[in-house]
Amino acid sequence: MVDAPIALPRRPAAPGRRVFSSWALAGGRTVLSVAVTLFGLAALTFFIGRLLPLDPVTAILGDNATQAAYDAMYRQLGLDQPLWVQFLRYLRDIASLDLGTALTTGKPVVEDIARVFPATLELATVAIIIGTGLGIPFGVLAAMYRDSAVDHIVRVVGLLGYSAPTFWLGLMGLVLFYATLGWVGGPGRIDFMYEYDIEPMTGFLLLDTALQGQWEAFADVFSHVILPASILGFSALAYISRMTRSFMIEQLGQEYVVAARVKGLSWARTVWVHAFRNIAVQVVTVVALSYAFLLEGAVLTETVFAWPGFGRYLTNTLLAGDMNAVVGCTLLIGVIFVTLNLVCDLLYRIFDPRTR
Amino acid sequence: MSADMPSDTASQPASLRAWLHAPVPTSPFQARAQQLWLKLLRLTGNPPALLGLAILLVIAMMAVFAPLIATHDIYAQDLATRLQPPSAAHWLGTDELGRDVFSRIVYGARITLTIAGLTALIVAPIGLLVGTTSGYLGGWVDIVLMRVVDIFLAFPSLVLALAFVAALGPGIQNAIIAISLAAWPPIARLARAETLSIRSSDYIAAVRLQGASSLRIILSHVVPMCLPSVVVRTTLNMASIILTAAGLGFLGLGAQPPSPEWGAMLSSGREFVLTSWWIAAIPGCAILLTSLAFNLFGDGLRDILDPHHG
Repeated sequence: MVDAPIALPRRPAAPGRRVFSSWALAGGRTVLSVAVTLFGLAALTFFIGRLLPLDPVTAILGDNATQAAYDAMYRQLGLDQPLWVQFLRYLRDIASLDLGTALTTGKPVVEDIARVFPATLELATVAIIIGTGLGIPFGVLAAMYRDSAVDHIVRVVGLLGYSAPTFWLGLMGLVLFYATLGWVGGPGRIDFMYEYDIEPMTGFLLLDTALQGQWEAFADVFSHVILPASILGFSALAYISRMTRSFMIEQLGQEYVVAARVKGLSWARTVWVHAFRNIAVQVVTVVALSYAFLLEGAVLTETVFAWPGFGRYLTNTLLAGDMNAVVGCTLLIGVIFVTLNLVCDLLYRIFDPRTR
Repeated sequence: MSADMPSDTASQPASLRAWLHAPVPTSPFQARAQQLWLKLLRLTGNPPALLGLAILLVIAMMAVFAPLIATHDIYAQDLATRLQPPSAAHWLGTDELGRDVFSRIVYGARITLTIAGLTALIVAPIGLLVGTTSGYLGGWVDIVLMRVVDIFLAFPSLVLALAFVAALGPGIQNAIIAISLAAWPPIARLARAETLSIRSSDYIAAVRLQGASSLRIILSHVVPMCLPSVVVRTTLNMASIILTAAGLGFLGLGAQPPSPEWGAMLSSGREFVLTSWWIAAIPGCAILLTSLAFNLFGDGLRDILDPHHG
């Protein structure tokens, strides 16, 4: 593609400066929009936590508290203040990373989340490795051999990945691979017998066991993580392969592909070396987004597999009506989403010259 | 087959066919009928979409005629016959309280379709109105509305629905509200994108010059143009709405037992899954089939209705 010639500027300016200023402008706008979104996240979670019909005082003290105790707690929580004062306090607390105390554990919500989050991150990371490792080749192959049997299989697999409830796949996986075939470890992250041999270092059990050279425990951890991760990875696979396929089909219609073929390059080399380079940025952003969506899938998968992670923490606190913890978790997921979106945006801007 | 039919019935379809295939329609009604006919023809040329439609029709029939189809009372417990595998008496076995799984699945279709249908009815108009207003008016309205959409989109829909259900309390009605709150923003986004391309077209300028108000332009000239893609998107969304609803039921936050909601059935059958697989397998299959059907049908609808696509 040849761009139209750019009209010469009438007053020649230093080119570096112009690039900088347009970048600064774009950067400033992005920062502003992220700031507004984060403010909105805070407002929405505040709304969920404070304005809906669940009395936080009763949640803490129970139904049998005396009126005096109730009033004292009411004041202590700042509920006697106007809403905007409460909201400002909430913002101040978030800024100082104070999300309140979780009623279910009696510990600060931030501490709880820091404790359970590595388990989820480990699960999601193994899942995304599976989803990406299979999803990208599947998508490319489907595009290379469009409307062939390979393409149809990839599409059916993708459709199933979109349509199957992950918690059901998890249950069926447990029945088949754990109870019947005995190929994988059961629910939980690690067998009881290894649990106390491992010194917590990173919080990622696969890393911890490997670093400490406890290969037996490593194998045990791996056998526990592989099934939930595969099931989570399956939904990521569906999304990644579908998007990769459509990106690749778009590229394969371009003239440079024909030119490469005419020059005598093999079909595989044309696709994997020349076309793939052009979809790489888009694929990376899709992977980043599906990484974020794995957090959603984790809520249900962790419940099925008794995985002591973020998702199960969220469900447990939900069922207990522990609004501080729920709001904290929701806020965190929102922040992760916004951050990943921002990263995708930046990646596009850095690697794709067309967006400049 | 039409060749040896009696002449009056044979000529009737033939003339109808001619009417539908006439090169120059004589009335607006005929033109619309012809367009609809062409779309139907295209749908019949798309086997996956037909399959999706067929599954949806079967499920809808199940829901409508549930009392006639169900073989047992769905609440009748019989501990003597609990956890029975599929048999002639209980086609899909019995659950942990001896209730007939087949009958419960049939009644469960009512709940699932109600949730999906009501959510779609709430979400599509809201998304459409917000999106078209935002796109047509532009300026501050656009900035503010799209920020709100961005904020809602910053959460995965299940997590947002979970948070709302936690605050509102469990139950089907609250589940519908929670899912709707989480599901309208993508539709608003889509409608806005469509509106942006429509708004600068000549016919809108013509209507504006004739003195039509913004409200009139949006409602009677922009909304109809956005409708096809919103319908397609809503159909595809139904698949994920069903999964979210089932997920809420599974976590105990949606429909409450003894309601035969598929997600809740799966959840209560969970403890027995290692010995009696059908209790969890069958509701899961029902969820999968329904969600798959919406996906297949939605993809087919997109090929037919959405002129931008393919």
